[in-house]
Amino acid sequence: MKKETATTLRAFLIELAVYAVLVVGYFLLVLHFLGDWLYQLEIRHRYTYAGVAILLIIGQAVVLESVTTSLLRLIRGRSE
Amino acid sequence: MYFPISGAHISPIYLAIVGFLIGILGGFFGVGGSFIAGPALRAMGVDWNFAVGTDLAHIVGKSVVAAKRHRALGNVDLKLGLIMAFGTIAGAEVGAQLIQMLKRAGNVNVVVSIVSIAVYVSISTFMIWESRKTLSQNKGSPRGKVKGAKAKEDESSFRHVTSSIQRLNLPPMIKLPASGVTISLWIILFVAFIGGVFSGFLGGGAGYIRMPSMVYVLGIPTHLAVGTDLFEIIISASYGTFSHAIKGNVDILIALVMNTGAAIGAQIGAISTQYFAGPKIRLAFVPLPLIGAAIVIYTLISGHKL
Repeated sequence: MKKETATTLRAFLIELAVYAVLVVGYFLLVLHFLGDWLYQLEIRHRYTYAGVAILLIIGQAVVLESVTTSLLRLIRGRSE
Repeated sequence: MYFPISGAHISPIYLAIVGFLIGILGGFFGVGGSFIAGPALRAMGVDWNFAVGTDLAHIVGKSVVAAKRHRALGNVDLKLGLIMAFGTIAGAEVGAQLIQMLKRAGNVNVVVSIVSIAVYVSISTFMIWESRKTLSQNKGSPRGKVKGAKAKEDESSFRHVTSSIQRLNLPPMIKLPASGVTISLWIILFVAFIGGVFSGFLGGGAGYIRMPSMVYVLGIPTHLAVGTDLFEIIISASYGTFSHAIKGNVDILIALVMNTGAAIGAQIGAISTQYFAGPKIRLAFVPLPLIGAAIVIYTLISGHKL
């Protein structure tokens, strides 16, 4: 039980570190380029902005969930 | 980091940490966490209207992550969630209209504050009584992971009332195989509608009302209530996000950054539910509405809206 907990914790910490690097890259690249476009869209085309906002938040959630699940599977698989 | 849509300067790390904390709560309890996100955004100088709309957008993202994980654990009743979404959206519209009426009457803040304090304290008091009673009646129940069929065997001291509600024969009766419940469509819609009214009236996703109602009124096992509530929140919060976005109340960039933390937190919360029986999750839920009540009392006394 203790061994399992230690393995899970180690896998989680590695996952967190890898995830943090990916997220920082995401902040710098994607949000930087999207920022101005979304700002203009919010001012000029509110309805399009509303639709794009929902698609973006759902799309990002699906991608992040897949990334974290894959990371965890990969790291746990290697540590076992 | 500068967010041009709301005109706010906020550290992305701060947003990710707030998202992470709300993600854990959302994944574990099936709530939106607006009682934390709202004040957290306000504390960084985000205008109140942006805080409300952006919080809803963030709730959508976090709920997608948590609901996906709960679905993998067999904790989502899709049929129930879809039916409830209709009642919630209708209720949210009524709640929003009530707010408009109170605004015109000029006493919106006092009425909303008193109603919310009464609701939050009542939920907490009832849940602490019920979960403690159930736990004391079921001493010696097995410890460790609570998975699969075991999760569906949810004990409750309120079971006799729930069974009476389930026996009410108001056609059409809906069979929910995933939850192991057969109940009138009207009762499901009524519960969702009331949750929606509170969502529109008090703001946020109103998971603090919907999750307990699903357990105590509909008789849905706690683990399924948490997962299904999250699935239902995706639909109703998406509607709320769209509605707020066309009014210019959503900074999607802030929500996207918050969601990077929430994606991890929501998964931790969802996976953690495997290790707790239903009554223990309900007992741990008790402080959440009380925190909400404390925030409202603070705003009433200090005059500062968090």
